[in-house]
Amino acid sequence: MNFSVLGVNHKTAPVEVRERFAISESRLPEALARLTAMDGVEEGMIVSTCNRVEIFARSQNGNCDLQKFVRDYFGFSAGEYEPYIFEHQQLEAVKHVFRVASSLDSMVVGESQILGQVKEAYATARAVGAVNSQLDQLLTRAFAVAKKVRNETTIATSSVSIASVAVELAEKIFGSLTGKSVYLVGAGKMCELAARHLIAHGAKKIYVGNRTYDRAVALAEKFDGEAIPFDRLYDTAPWADIIISSTGAPHTIFRKEHGEKFLQARKNRPMFFIDIAVPRDIDPALNDLDGIFVYNIDDLQQVVASHIGDRRKEAVRAELLVEEEVRKFEQRAQTADVVPTIVSLQQHLENLRQAELDRVRGRLGNLSPEQEMAVESLTRGIINKIMHTPITTLKSAARDPESTTVVDVVRKLFNLRTEAAPMPAPVAIVPAPVRQPAASAEPAPPLAASQNRK
Amino acid sequence: MPLVWLRVATVLYGVGLVHAILMLRQKGERSGRIAAPAVCLGMVFHFVSLVETAVLYGYAELLTIRHAESALALIIAVIFAGLYLRYKTASPAAFIFPLVFILTFASAIAQHSVTISSSIFGGWIFFHVCTLIFGYAMLFLSFVSSLLYLVLSRQLKRKQTSPWAARMPALQEIDELGYRALLLGFPFMTIGLLAGSVVAEERFGAAFAADPKVLLSLLMWGIYLTLLYTRWSAGWRGRKAAYLASFAFLVAVCAWGANYLSKLHRFIAP
Repeated sequence: MNFSVLGVNHKTAPVEVRERFAISESRLPEALARLTAMDGVEEGMIVSTCNRVEIFARSQNGNCDLQKFVRDYFGFSAGEYEPYIFEHQQLEAVKHVFRVASSLDSMVVGESQILGQVKEAYATARAVGAVNSQLDQLLTRAFAVAKKVRNETTIATSSVSIASVAVELAEKIFGSLTGKSVYLVGAGKMCELAARHLIAHGAKKIYVGNRTYDRAVALAEKFDGEAIPFDRLYDTAPWADIIISSTGAPHTIFRKEHGEKFLQARKNRPMFFIDIAVPRDIDPALNDLDGIFVYNIDDLQQVVASHIGDRRKEAVRAELLVEEEVRKFEQRAQTADVVPTIVSLQQHLENLRQAELDRVRGRLGNLSPEQEMAVESLTRGIINKIMHTPITTLKSAARDPESTTVVDVVRKLFNLRTEAAPMPAPVAIVPAPVRQPAASAEPAPPLAASQNRK
Repeated sequence: MPLVWLRVATVLYGVGLVHAILMLRQKGERSGRIAAPAVCLGMVFHFVSLVETAVLYGYAELLTIRHAESALALIIAVIFAGLYLRYKTASPAAFIFPLVFILTFASAIAQHSVTISSSIFGGWIFFHVCTLIFGYAMLFLSFVSSLLYLVLSRQLKRKQTSPWAARMPALQEIDELGYRALLLGFPFMTIGLLAGSVVAEERFGAAFAADPKVLLSLLMWGIYLTLLYTRWSAGWRGRKAAYLASFAFLVAVCAWGANYLSKLHRFIAP
């Protein structure tokens, strides 16, 4: 289990540094080819998003120089970006993969995008054959852990942006937003953003009212909506289920008496007012009316803050889950490391026994069944006695970080060829075929980072 | 034996009730793991108890107050299960389970009533009781939804949602649910009351109208009608509708309780 990960992310490096590391999607296969062509690197994967560029690798003996890869590939001079780069080995690397996939390492903890991005990076690496055995298992496990974290904690259930909180509240009032209508009062950027979110969740009709009619028309066109002259605001407002207001008016636009009229016109069907204007457009007294719900920018921000708090609490639980999964992965990988050796050792000695038996059979002459059995049990007994100590040593070594050394020693002592090892466990010890070192021999052309900004 | 099943069901509903109360404050995920199977099992025992009663003592036995109570509780529990499957929420449990528990509990500890003879009354009484039980269940459902509506809208206005309210269906869904319950329950209530009056008129003459239960039932029907009317004409929701529905529920409870006062509703052969 010789995994390592190296890279930069939003925790270690500012965007100016991260963009120098970015690798565009089209260049990924080539970068992967060069990564896996490096000495000692068996498998590799590269995740490159706007918040992180991370290089995952598995090496045969744990000493692959990913720093060198970064220097060569990007054409950095030694020590240039070193303070920004983080590196994890072995279990730390495993844990890092799990945390990244579970969105515990994200800027907004619990966001779901990162899992998709890691899956994409995995698919690319798999397609070019850069991921094929142990790293594959690690990533498959990481996706399972991510799923578990999402299912068993509420880390990803609450929204943490104002627009998505507005959608969430609207859904709590109206259920599905399908077919609901939205009225934008004022043509500000925030209005537009919130409207986009609502439309994405099924809202159908968009009305836009603005003091400058032309701007209303321009915004309405974007959503295929309807611009309404500002003087008709109070007549048309009851048409909408959701009203988002963001005008620059110095006084309130919607007051309690308006709300009463709206409710009458709507036969008391509920209305949701979102006030993102400062100073406020909507009189808070409107909230006292049965069936009208008013949220201003502070209310929305408060919901966001409490959701972030909830996520933080859940993140603690999620971290524990990840720790446990790392331990499980470690155990599985360790036993998987020694099992092939034990099997091939057994097979090797059994082959010897059979060969020796066949050789002396002619000299033994005809044996009675009892004698045949005695010879069998005698030879088997000897082999079992010989194998006992090496096997127990191997098994106990599996719990030890030194296991690879012991495995090597046993293999050397008994002259076990790696090809002879069958693959009973998911993790095979068979090394990947030797790669052509041609690609790595070429000097890496320095890359203009601006080309592959993401 | 039916009584044993009923008592087992009562205990299992009790588990559901405890969970419903716990859920008001906490997330109650752990107790939910026990409560959900307990309630399901309770419903099965409950159903067995009613069927066995009918088989052992005849259908007429189901018309006694205690078995009618038991049947009403079962119908409400089944409605709750339906809501749970449809909306994936157990929030109504906080209102539903106290009633389900009280009804089954009352039924489980009640004295064995005198054997009644329905033969004289014929199938009309059976029809009367069944439609009314369903009407009551629907009325209760609309009452529960107006309470849920009230709680959720208040929390939305205060901008704080408790974990309990967060699991409720959306406000409009609750509203539609209550309205549908009213629409569905009203015809049953009306037909049931009509059937009852026809039979009573025949047996007791016009004097039946002076019976307390009859009067309360009429009042209940009147409020039922008002509820529907205000909803149709003015779209009453939220607070006003909740007050009216609570009043209707109170009268319904009195009308049900009047069973113990009413001479007409003993169904004993004179």
